[in-house]
Amino acid sequence: MVGLAVVSHSEKAAEGICDIAAQMGGSDARIEPAGGDSDGGIGTSVDRIEAAIADADDGDGVVVLVDLGSAVMNAELAVEMGDATVRIADAPILEGALNAAVEASGSKATLESVVNAAEEAREYRKLD
Amino acid sequence: MADAEIQREAILAAVDNVAARIAEEKAYLTELDSAIGDADHGANMDRGFRAVVEAVEDDDTDGMEADELVKLVGKTIISNVGGAAGPLYGGSTMLASKELEGGITAETSVAFAEAYLQKVQDRGKAEIGAKTMVDALVPVVHTYKKSIEQDDLPPLTALSKAVDACERGVRYTVPLRARKGRASYLDWRSVGHQDPGATSTLYILEELLETAEEYLDGEVVRDARSPDVPDEPPEEVADEPLGEGDE
Repeated sequence: MVGLAVVSHSEKAAEGICDIAAQMGGSDARIEPAGGDSDGGIGTSVDRIEAAIADADDGDGVVVLVDLGSAVMNAELAVEMGDATVRIADAPILEGALNAAVEASGSKATLESVVNAAEEAREYRKLD
Repeated sequence: MADAEIQREAILAAVDNVAARIAEEKAYLTELDSAIGDADHGANMDRGFRAVVEAVEDDDTDGMEADELVKLVGKTIISNVGGAAGPLYGGSTMLASKELEGGITAETSVAFAEAYLQKVQDRGKAEIGAKTMVDALVPVVHTYKKSIEQDDLPPLTALSKAVDACERGVRYTVPLRARKGRASYLDWRSVGHQDPGATSTLYILEELLETAEEYLDGEVVRDARSPDVPDEPPEEVADEPLGEGDE
């Protein structure tokens, strides 16, 4: 099953987004948070992201959702340093994680289809 | 500096000097970052370099080659510096360390400098004029490479010219409008502030020069502080529209 890792500057935000996405993706969804810097303060940490990717990976690859700035850079670096097959989705982090979780729980999901589902969230309108 | 043991000693001395300088400038770097960023650059860099000093003490560095030691420095920065500075300073150092295989020579140090700049630009996607450390690094690397390869200067003299170029690059960031990083969210309000990343890059280079003076022969020429030297943009500045900020 394709795994998900959620990278946010806030530990709480990453955990909260994982909670919401896991509810949509069903009980077997593999969604791991990587929020905060190495001390859990505001920021992001390559080590935390590497660990989340490793935890989310069961061999089918991992899609990473990111918030902004250093989340993107640190996620890229974590991917380069690790062994897993990973795609970073260019998507809003919460909506993208929801879409990805729903797609990943489907029987025909692939790494590609999960990334695409996450990136479709860019088109969502919240009003009208 | 052919002997591996002397190179190791020089790298450890550089680590100590850089860590001490960053600790000294911590408050100022944070002050610069509070004007146009998230006010943590000094604290972040200080945490990172204190961790580097501990790492090179804790790890068994005896017998480590120059490239392995520099790689350890980069990895430690990655793990201990939060925000974009971790991947930019640490990731670039770690990945560029490969160029130092076989030791530090004039040739490998140019290759290291070029690889470092390339990694920073790949990761940060910043061009000259975006008010980032790239505005300091590009003139550094071009000056160093030209001084060694074209002007045939000794590495110490080349490094001192590169540090001068860095200082001009730092000053050049002041009037710019930020197009990258968190400062870009401030748009015109970023004008008039010196870039913190360019500034910490200068401090690191000044300490590398200070250390190199102990180990290398050659003349140190610093003229960037002279009032006779006009501030010049290090390269042509493209007048691009404001890009999306990404911290």
